[in-house]
Amino acid sequence: MAGVEGTLVSEQREIRIEVPVLARVEGEGALELTASEGRIETLRLRIFEPPRYFEKFLEGREPQEVLDVVARICGICPVAYQMTAVQALEQAFGMRASPYVTQLRRLMYCGEWLQSHALHIHLLALPDFLGFENGIAMAGKHPGAVRRGLRLQRLGNDLIRLFGGRSVHPVGMRVGGFHRAPDAERAAAVLEELKSVLPDAEALVAFTASLDLPDDEQDFVSVALRNENEYAMYSGRIVSDHGLDLPVEDYLERFQESHVAHSTALYAHLDGKPYLVGPLARLNLNHDRLSPPVKSALEATGLRLPSRNMFHSVIARAVEIHEVVLEAIRLLEAYRPEDPAHVPMTPRAGVGCGATEAPRGLLWHRYQVDAAGKVLTAQIVPPTAQNQARIEDDLKCSLEAFGLHNDDDALRLRGEMVVRNYDPCISCATHFLKVRVERR
Amino acid sequence: MPVQGYNQTDALERLNERENSRPRIAVHKFSSCDGCQLAFINAGEALLDLAQQVDIVHFAEAGPMDPEAAVDIAFVEGSISTPDEALRIGQVRANSRFLVSLGACATSGGLQALRNFNADGARGWTSATYAQPEFIDSLDTATPVAEHVRVDLELWGCPVNARQVFQAIRQLLFGVAPVVDRDKLCVECKRQQHVCVLVAKGEPCMGPVTHTGCGALCPAFGRDCYACFGPAENPNTAALARRFEGLGLLPEAVARRFHFINSHAPAFRTEWLAWKERS
Repeated sequence: MAGVEGTLVSEQREIRIEVPVLARVEGEGALELTASEGRIETLRLRIFEPPRYFEKFLEGREPQEVLDVVARICGICPVAYQMTAVQALEQAFGMRASPYVTQLRRLMYCGEWLQSHALHIHLLALPDFLGFENGIAMAGKHPGAVRRGLRLQRLGNDLIRLFGGRSVHPVGMRVGGFHRAPDAERAAAVLEELKSVLPDAEALVAFTASLDLPDDEQDFVSVALRNENEYAMYSGRIVSDHGLDLPVEDYLERFQESHVAHSTALYAHLDGKPYLVGPLARLNLNHDRLSPPVKSALEATGLRLPSRNMFHSVIARAVEIHEVVLEAIRLLEAYRPEDPAHVPMTPRAGVGCGATEAPRGLLWHRYQVDAAGKVLTAQIVPPTAQNQARIEDDLKCSLEAFGLHNDDDALRLRGEMVVRNYDPCISCATHFLKVRVERR
Repeated sequence: MPVQGYNQTDALERLNERENSRPRIAVHKFSSCDGCQLAFINAGEALLDLAQQVDIVHFAEAGPMDPEAAVDIAFVEGSISTPDEALRIGQVRANSRFLVSLGACATSGGLQALRNFNADGARGWTSATYAQPEFIDSLDTATPVAEHVRVDLELWGCPVNARQVFQAIRQLLFGVAPVVDRDKLCVECKRQQHVCVLVAKGEPCMGPVTHTGCGALCPAFGRDCYACFGPAENPNTAALARRFEGLGLLPEAVARRFHFINSHAPAFRTEWLAWKERS
């Protein structure tokens, strides 16, 4: 090493880069690493999101209150939290949602994937790959791309609104179904709009695959739900690419949550090791379940699966946008309003678990309830907590491969790009990055 | 609640005395779910139009980063729940001509204010949730911004919506005091001609004491309002609570209706404490 960095290494000086918040990530975190002779010795991603004690204030709450509380864990993915909690409560009560309700829930969930992925690709990730500070700055030069993203995102929100009145903290869900089925005319209007954006959704797959993405192969374990009949989103068994296959009730037998001193997020491990959840893990495990048009669009890109390059996550999100737009069209074409859109709730004492695929990955809930259905204890494992250990592993590999001779600002930008691949929602676990490098 | 004797006109004058015609705005996040910031991000084209009319100098989630910049209008999302946040809100106030609290957490403490007044205190909850509680730096309470610094405009809602936020910005751009309708939700619900869920279905609807603004979403879905927009002006919470008891709710259940999204708002807190005593 030569120049400034070489001097720093030989003098064993400590370098600090202070960036108070990491932009374009939903939370707040900092990265600390110590390096010696081009290798990273220790690396810690510190999470600053203040604790909000959700699991504690769920105690003593009725089922409807639970659905209204869990939505507020994350403003970006409230539907995921409601979908997971409602299934856990229904399991505890020994209830089964009707096929009609299950289809409608899947349709509503398509809306959340669509809005969240469209926001991530266009406003959060694309500026990295096209060389802009942020999406607002990018809109001047690439108005078409930004407007396409905003339109897809708005449609996702419209779909959620059909079922919940608003896209952030929707009000329509209840144990047993929905408070009211969407109005047929409004559903038909959303269907027409979805049909009109289908070409955009399909083109997005090729567009993301044409981006100049870094080549960064790594070894990791992918974990996702798998469903026999569909691309898993609302339900399935928990599987990995290393042979794991278990029902959601058995999650704690193989997955452990632990608290590390440098974070307010809990870290989850599979058999003691880091693992990946989210769009790329899902695509790796479930690409055979994609609908035929999406398979063709994916094949045309030449992307080989399973992929070991986390930068392919942006393509995975585009593929999933294409899939959910098609799926939402299919479900809306078959849609007929029913009244009531729910079965009566039959509470009883017990324990129930639920798992769904939030836009950011596997989300798992467990509730112990009393005879009236009120919560005695609650446990929630969000996707970002599950990715935390994997993100640290990835940063270690990526930054070493990138080269520690790069200056701290370059390391920070690269680190942020790596972390953004996971689209971490730091409110639910962990927003962003101060870098502190100690070179010895 | 704004401090007694506080005059919004002074803040408005300071805002209107700015030298640049394009206002500089910032969106700051404290303890929250990020859902209120989405009122900007979900606005789509309106956000791009806004970026033509103002300089967005700090908005971490959307990208622009300059947390310590002096601005004309600061929007604050989230409640104050850590020692660091208590310091940071002071800096935000010092750097802003006009400060808007955005949503329930910033305006009333929000859902996480449920930690306030709990018997174990936040510390008890920390030990129950985290294996290494000594590393969690959290205050015992989650409190509204106005308990720490002067707030010039309160926007209620969990979450706030784009209409509220853009209406307030539009009025501020014109240099006039934003008008916020603090009437009861019932008025909007009647205007939309929904069947009353309290009278017709006997549901414990919070509409009669709740701040309007959501669009009467819950009654539109046939369910009872859960007061996510906080208390309306002059809410008769005591009469409504007695009505709930008349519907058959136990005192504990009546208490929970007020001890929810906006539990730290004085009108709701008083009613909660009164019914908690009886349960």
